[in-house]
Amino acid sequence: MHEMSLCESILQTLEQQAGGQAYQKVRTVWLEIGALAGVEIEALRFSFDVVMEGSLAEGAKLEIIQVPGQAWCLPCGVNVPVEQLYDPCPHCGSHQLQVNGGDQMLIKELEVE
Amino acid sequence: MCGICGCGEGPVHLDEQEHTHEHEHAHDHEHDHIHSHAAVHAHAPGLSQVRMVQIEQSILAKNNQYAHEKRRFFSDHGLLVLNLVSSPGSGKTTLLTETILRLKDDIGIAVIEGDQQTARDAERILATGVQALQINTGKGCHLDAHRVGHALEKLQLQDHSVLFIENVGNLVCPSAFDLGEAHKVVVLSVTEGEDKPIKYPDMFHAADLMILNKIDLLPHLDFNVEECIQYAKQVNPRIKILSLSAKTGEGMDNWVQWLKAELQLQLIAYA
Repeated sequence: MHEMSLCESILQTLEQQAGGQAYQKVRTVWLEIGALAGVEIEALRFSFDVVMEGSLAEGAKLEIIQVPGQAWCLPCGVNVPVEQLYDPCPHCGSHQLQVNGGDQMLIKELEVE
Repeated sequence: MCGICGCGEGPVHLDEQEHTHEHEHAHDHEHDHIHSHAAVHAHAPGLSQVRMVQIEQSILAKNNQYAHEKRRFFSDHGLLVLNLVSSPGSGKTTLLTETILRLKDDIGIAVIEGDQQTARDAERILATGVQALQINTGKGCHLDAHRVGHALEKLQLQDHSVLFIENVGNLVCPSAFDLGEAHKVVVLSVTEGEDKPIKYPDMFHAADLMILNKIDLLPHLDFNVEECIQYAKQVNPRIKILSLSAKTGEGMDNWVQWLKAELQLQLIAYA
């Protein structure tokens, strides 16, 4: 449900940047969303269209770059791929994992005019 | 269909609903047409200004910035701020009222209550004699640092005291929003099922302390405490866990000691 708030934050950023970057309209928004960021992509897409309505990004295309989850396994001393926060290390089975990738939610770049 | 989304609420209804609908759509298309014309003009040679802009900024940047400012403020004033999160009905408010009764003579305490509606929780806290402020999020599913910031303006917090922020009952959304707290404390009651930590991993991953509440009910339930703890550690190997019953008081001493120790830590000024 917080995907709606995330989209409102995105819109705020788009509006804030419009002055400095001198654009009137946003045509495409690229987001980078990690698999461990707790973001439901479909909900985000739905909310995006709703929130952008009537704004400088109305009808803008949403491109999402999905980043796989990664964690540092303390016993193994290496980075390992994880799909869920409760996944064990695929090598040693330990849960002594520190997430160090795939938990981001970034606005990467925009196509504007 | 129209009744649900409201799109049929126009000058004509019922029998002619579908008809009206089609007309409306046709209208929309015309509008689209005008728009695309405008777009074509914008793309005329020499006028096209489509370009890329690099942003590289967290979607939560604004919230994180507010949270950062609050955290600095809390730190400057030696305030221990705890963000209490859980599903609805885990007993957060009872835990708070019982905690306040045990601590209020020694320590300054204030509470910010987040709920979608009503001031019932704030009223329960006020009845204990400490400051409380209710934030109603309306349709919102979580508190954010901006709202908490405004709530702070209305509270008179004394230095070196404890501020509890009781978040909206929701094990999903509040995990993503930093409020500037020292710790997220997740409350799980034994009536909920031991697998909550892996069903809602984000929250248990974000929390530093888990309180297993309502343990007085264990004899009547099939809740497996060991398994629950194992699940929580699986999601978050660093999480600390306290078992207690706010109702009977069992285990409350541990929690009170934890609070006092954490409050002391806020007095340390790191370089």
